[in-house]
Amino acid sequence: MSFVEYSDVIQDGDVAIVYLGIDSTMPIKVQKGAQTQTRYGVIRHSTDLIGQRYGSKVTCSKGGWVHVLHPTPELWTVSLPHRTQILYTTDIATITMMLELKPGSVVCESGTGSGSLSHAILRTIAPTGHLHTVEFHQQRAEKVAEEFKEHRVDHLVTVRNQDVCKDGFGVTGVADAVFLDIPSPWEAVRHAKTALKRQGGRVCSFSPCIEQVQKTCQALMDQGFEELSSVEVLLRVHDVRVVSMPLPDFGPDPSAPPGPDSRGEAPNHASIALKTTTPPREIPGHTGYLTFATKPRT
Amino acid sequence: MADNGDEDSEYRIKVGDCVVLKRGDIFKAMQIQLGKKVIFEKQWIFLDKTVGQLYSTTFDIVSGGNLLPQKPKNADDASDAKEAGTDNRNIVDDGKSQKLTRDDIETLKEQGLKGQEIIQQLIDNSSTFRDKTEYAQDKYIKKKKKKYENTVTILKPSCRILAMMYHGREPGKICHLRYDTLAQMLTLGNVHAGSKVLVFETCAGLVLGSVMERMGGHGSVVQMYPGGGPVRAGMESFGFPAHFHDTLHEFPICHVNALLAGTLDTTGKHSSAVEKQSDKDKEKEQNQPEAEQAGEQQDGPEDPNMETVTAEEARVEKEKKEKEKRKEAKAQEKRMKLAAAVAQLEGRNADGLIIASRFHPSSVVMGLLKFLAPSRPFVIYSQYKEALIECFTKLKEHGGTVNVRLTDTWLRHYQVLPNRTHPLLLMSGGGGYLLSGTTVATDTAKPSGSQRVEEPAAKRQKLTDTEG
Repeated sequence: MSFVEYSDVIQDGDVAIVYLGIDSTMPIKVQKGAQTQTRYGVIRHSTDLIGQRYGSKVTCSKGGWVHVLHPTPELWTVSLPHRTQILYTTDIATITMMLELKPGSVVCESGTGSGSLSHAILRTIAPTGHLHTVEFHQQRAEKVAEEFKEHRVDHLVTVRNQDVCKDGFGVTGVADAVFLDIPSPWEAVRHAKTALKRQGGRVCSFSPCIEQVQKTCQALMDQGFEELSSVEVLLRVHDVRVVSMPLPDFGPDPSAPPGPDSRGEAPNHASIALKTTTPPREIPGHTGYLTFATKPRT
Repeated sequence: MADNGDEDSEYRIKVGDCVVLKRGDIFKAMQIQLGKKVIFEKQWIFLDKTVGQLYSTTFDIVSGGNLLPQKPKNADDASDAKEAGTDNRNIVDDGKSQKLTRDDIETLKEQGLKGQEIIQQLIDNSSTFRDKTEYAQDKYIKKKKKKYENTVTILKPSCRILAMMYHGREPGKICHLRYDTLAQMLTLGNVHAGSKVLVFETCAGLVLGSVMERMGGHGSVVQMYPGGGPVRAGMESFGFPAHFHDTLHEFPICHVNALLAGTLDTTGKHSSAVEKQSDKDKEKEQNQPEAEQAGEQQDGPEDPNMETVTAEEARVEKEKKEKEKRKEAKAQEKRMKLAAAVAQLEGRNADGLIIASRFHPSSVVMGLLKFLAPSRPFVIYSQYKEALIECFTKLKEHGGTVNVRLTDTWLRHYQVLPNRTHPLLLMSGGGGYLLSGTTVATDTAKPSGSQRVEEPAAKRQKLTDTEG
């Protein structure tokens, strides 16, 4: 198991994702002899997990069952313990494509936060790329470095505990792409420029507030970045449902031909079943604005 | 800093490179060939002068369709404090404010004036320009630039650029797949180096190329294709290095059932018997005129031409034999390719399935899902939500999948300028829909009529709804 490479069988020391239901997942650190409580009962790691195939159904002590899945950055994003507000898959996917990330890419990121985007970047740039990630909060930096190790991706990433606005990313002229998710990204734009390769690269800044976006765009233009583009991406989920809609009773139809009423015209049980989708009651309407730009060759 | 030629060599345009031409929001994919006239935005140009230049260089189009690299821009002239008005209350749009006629502008163009110079002429000859507000002046200049700037930028292809190009130029070719939807597919499908991904698409090869870009030449991609052969034009536009093609396999879907049943024969004894027959028929047709020629010559004067006639016949025979040899070699290659694809598929352990086609998705996914290992993602794109609703239902009935979601994305662009920040057009709903999920082990899994796993009891609505 690793977050950048699939394996088939659950082993001691793996991180696995327990799938309990839609929107209900839980990460598990697999350990010989350990147990994990779920609402369907206890999972015993040694008997239920170790040696089983990823994707297996596991029956818990209370008789209910769950599935154990191989970790992916997408499953991690919806299961990880939040230390900060995180980026979700919709934004992550857009960022990945617009920054042109691929195997071998060298990426600089700040702030690391809870590592949601970091894991997705690592998955995309493996096996030959590298991620330089900067987090100014010491405990968060330590926690995320620990997780990278547990997830067997630490060889692809360097975590630096410093302030990107003052001290930059710790590297110069090596990055293909830079990502900023900090309160004052305009203060880090010049560091982004320094970190990017001389031959050019892409930059992205994520900000919840439009004022931040305006300041950042100004800084990008001042630093000579081109092709500025600000977008926002929203996800709409469609819940598939069969809906029953009653038919109105307009009374007996005098012009209708007489005969056995087999068409359900009896008013009490007339309805039509309709297969459709409905939106969830509340949908996330805003996460943040994504601003992309290109650094030309210098 | 002096340019180190070696350091930059991978950033320089070479003959044969696949590139993308860009002007503003217009993109066009092309290959660099010397001496070849190509058309871009109604202009014929030669790409010869780009060779050796760096990617992302912008060129001016000069007379004769040749390209000249642009000099680095100095600070925009428009930034000097110019005379401007405060609002448009006195500006009357009578169409007469521009003194230059269309012919005048054509003359200027013929004289070889550059875009920037033409725009200056337009400004100087506009009676209302100095009454416009500063913002309106900016907007005017931007508009004229778009119209008169005669430049083209040469870009290195990437998924981002090609996806935007196809969506802007030929959306019908890619089932109207919008680029942000493609981005979601690649991430939800966990496409990454070293995995084995199955792709079934009728998007001109764009989806295939995007998957291959994210694999970086590691792992393998099996393109399942309908009909006679796999379409790869979009993939070729990426300009991948040769070794990427070694990771690409293809498999015709007409053999899927046979493969799943274990009855597919790749040794050429009888499955390509039909192929051979049709080849033989083709050959008969081709050899007919040749045989006739030989026959005619034979009927001609005998003795003097006896020698030549026999030599002629022999030559024809030899050619026929060599043709047959080549055909057999080709057929053999085809069989080997098929066998290689079968080797990838028969283990039923693929790591990901990406579907994006005009075919009805339910049937496609039910046919191909069996090739996936458990605990692996699948993503299905369709232009139409209803098709995916049916697909969702089929998957639920069949079991073996979890976390199945039907989604689409909205993408909204913003103009960000001081005091002029606002959203641009909203691209609503035009990007297609996605159905994504993860496979699970099917040995003991029950079809999810069992609601418990999908929806905790407390959340159920008190209407007559039932989950479909």
